[in-house]
Amino acid sequence: MSDNSSKNGIMGWIDARFPLTKMWEEHLSKYYAPKNFNFWYFFGSLALLVLVIQIVTGIFLTMHYKPDGDLAFISVEYIMRDVDWGWLIRYLHSTGSSAFFIVVYLHMFRGVMYGSYQKPRELIWLFGMFIYLALMAEAFMGYLLPWGQMSYWGAQVIISLFGAIPVIGDDLTLWIRGDFVIADATLHRFFALHVVAVPLVLIMLVVMHILALHEVGSNNPEGIEIKKYKDEDGNPLDGIPFHPYYSVKDLVGVVVFLILFSVVVFFMPEMGGYFLEHANFVPANQYQTPEHIAPVWYFTPYYAILRAVPDKLIGVILMFAAIFMLFILPWIDRGKVHSIRYRSTSFKWLLAMLVVSFVGLGYLGALPLSDIRTFFARVYSIGYFGFFLGLWWISKNEKTKPVPERIQ
Amino acid sequence: MSSEVSDNDRRRFLTAATVVVGAVGTGFVAVPFIKSWNPSARARSAGAPIKADISKLEMGQQIIFKWQGKPVWVVRRDQKALATLSRVAENLRDADSEDSIQPDYARNEHRSIKPEYLVIVGICTHLGCSPTYRPNMIEADFLGGFFCPCHGSKFDFSGRVYSGVPAPTNLTVPPHYYIDDGLILIGEDGVA
Amino acid sequence: MNKVLIIVATLLSPVMAWGVESTTYPNDEIEIDWDDKASMQRGARTFVNYCMSCHSAAYSRYNRVGQDLGISDEQVLENLVFTTDVNGEKTKVGELMKATMTPEYAEKAFGVVPLDLSLIARSRGVNWLYNYLRAFHVDESNPLGMDNSVLPVAMPHVLVELQGYQKAKKVTRVKRINNKDVEYEVIVGFDLIKPGSQSKAEYDQTVYDLVGFLDYLSEPYRQTRIDVGKGVIIFLLIFLVLVYFLKKEFWKDIH
Repeated sequence: MSDNSSKNGIMGWIDARFPLTKMWEEHLSKYYAPKNFNFWYFFGSLALLVLVIQIVTGIFLTMHYKPDGDLAFISVEYIMRDVDWGWLIRYLHSTGSSAFFIVVYLHMFRGVMYGSYQKPRELIWLFGMFIYLALMAEAFMGYLLPWGQMSYWGAQVIISLFGAIPVIGDDLTLWIRGDFVIADATLHRFFALHVVAVPLVLIMLVVMHILALHEVGSNNPEGIEIKKYKDEDGNPLDGIPFHPYYSVKDLVGVVVFLILFSVVVFFMPEMGGYFLEHANFVPANQYQTPEHIAPVWYFTPYYAILRAVPDKLIGVILMFAAIFMLFILPWIDRGKVHSIRYRSTSFKWLLAMLVVSFVGLGYLGALPLSDIRTFFARVYSIGYFGFFLGLWWISKNEKTKPVPERIQ
Repeated sequence: MSSEVSDNDRRRFLTAATVVVGAVGTGFVAVPFIKSWNPSARARSAGAPIKADISKLEMGQQIIFKWQGKPVWVVRRDQKALATLSRVAENLRDADSEDSIQPDYARNEHRSIKPEYLVIVGICTHLGCSPTYRPNMIEADFLGGFFCPCHGSKFDFSGRVYSGVPAPTNLTVPPHYYIDDGLILIGEDGVA
Repeated sequence: MNKVLIIVATLLSPVMAWGVESTTYPNDEIEIDWDDKASMQRGARTFVNYCMSCHSAAYSRYNRVGQDLGISDEQVLENLVFTTDVNGEKTKVGELMKATMTPEYAEKAFGVVPLDLSLIARSRGVNWLYNYLRAFHVDESNPLGMDNSVLPVAMPHVLVELQGYQKAKKVTRVKRINNKDVEYEVIVGFDLIKPGSQSKAEYDQTVYDLVGFLDYLSEPYRQTRIDVGKGVIIFLLIFLVLVYFLKKEFWKDIH
């Protein structure tokens, strides 16, 4: 550390005034990460990459987009056709939003699988959950901007959810919309939130998420702390510097991700109507609802829970509860063992149930209603909440396997 | 020992190659974003050639047309104005229009196809203000023409810049041709 | 782990199996050949002649269509541009493809502004369009004298002089609903009762060309997208090889 201040040249000049070398070392070249990261550990860096893609493409879209009820739809097609390379920038952004959720869902699943939310990483998990929440708000408001039929009616349905709140519900929805229906006023405020407010919050949360992580240190597939065993320099024996080892490893992940991402952007930007819905190629019409409306795929699990409940208020409560359960996960799980590798069989079954329920709900939420689908949506909803209840139950006296002291 | 050295070489080579290829990739990625700032198809369409009806233009008058969002003047010069052109030549910076922008058919003293009619972009070559038409302003060596209110640049009746003012070159003559006597197409060279 | 996978698959299987049954006739599927510029040029001609009296394609520009379909600006002006601006001057080649009829006039005449067709192929799909444009049939009970078996009639059959008049062949089917047999009619085919200027095969081709053009119109940059995409993927694959070896080289230290 002391040799920093005595360094000469430009770096020395800067380091005397700004902790550049110190930050580089703390977060990259001397940040010791466990040496056994596997496939699941790519998704944190990838989420950061997608965030950058979204911010850059978003800035350029803002240069051409018009947040005006009469012009919004036209301006999106203007971007697609009249602006040089506008189609690419827009497809990158629309594909990016779906990619963001894919990456984040896998990142969260990793956390559950290896107990990354458990003590002492509760705050990392909480910041992460707030990022997820901000991301949902960002995606929801962004989806209104193209001002297509699905934008309009999707927003209509979701804003109406707030109408379920007793007493203040109707006034609240009116206040959110700023008009008696979704209108220019709504579009304009959503635009401001989407391009300025929420991104600022997101970036701040991401910084906090990473700072908290680097304070505590990364978890790993074994779910054990590498800080217990250190060499004479005080570095963890089972850790390796993030840079260059994980930066080059993540680079491989980044390129593989970019290949998959490009396949969607260039060869299937609509992704069969899941990334860009067909009805959204029709301008918003406040007098005509499309035959079948479904939220974009990343919201469908919660939407399916909402529809599975025959009562409006309870449906809304359960939907928000589904998200809230994730927030309190660190306190639901009373177990001491982190990784799925050393947890009980019941935990594995519960986790499988969660995955099946979540995917099942997501699938059902994208489809029109029918009796059998509602039945299955209820089964899966029970399965979803069952995971959290079951985890609370089994984790008290869980039969776990012995956890190794060191990473092999 | 020797294997370690060659390993280091290999490592250095791979790192350099990755940096170079990555930089090339980033360069490719930058292109669409930079190009998205070009005039869009809409702007280009709005910048298409325009027809200028000059049939009602009186002697000494000026009409302003809009082309590509810029003012284009058509001025009908009388004999008196045309006569000043050769008299002011020695006070001009670029009397023969060598450093100025105009189609070849307008590179002459009157800077136009027909001497009577001047077709010119009304944007000062200094910093982009629009000069005003001052046929009757006469002071010292200035015998009338155009005067830029922003920084005082002066131009003669052919849009040629005087020396000793900030504007570096003469006003720009846009491509144009006569469809008939009373109609000019601005924005396109005539078919030869 | 395998056991888990089997259970997962079993639990998801009932959801996967439910398809949506289709009952409309006709229900043909087509594949648009994006390289067949001649077909799309014919489609463009049909579009400007028959559709654009009422419908706009107002996100699209004439000269862009010309460039993409290999037609010069002069040919575009001669063969595709039939509209004029408010001053009665012919529409310029770089302008948007707006219908002859102004939206204000259309609203007065029909009560609605006819749909803009720039994106119709993306919202409806090419198969739907192909079937819709061939599904008009005589129906005396309808005020327009025509109905459409794909979408109950919303517009007159502008291509009728080409296709001619056809009548629906119907059969009666029975379905059990709530333990009661309910009879209903379905259309299973069409009989041509008064031929138009084109044979059935020619008309199908005309509709195919038109739908192909609409498909192009909905995403004019599609060919560029695919071409650029191939280059990007190739570049990334090369880069992948490089970073893979880079990673392997550095990780020698660890293993």
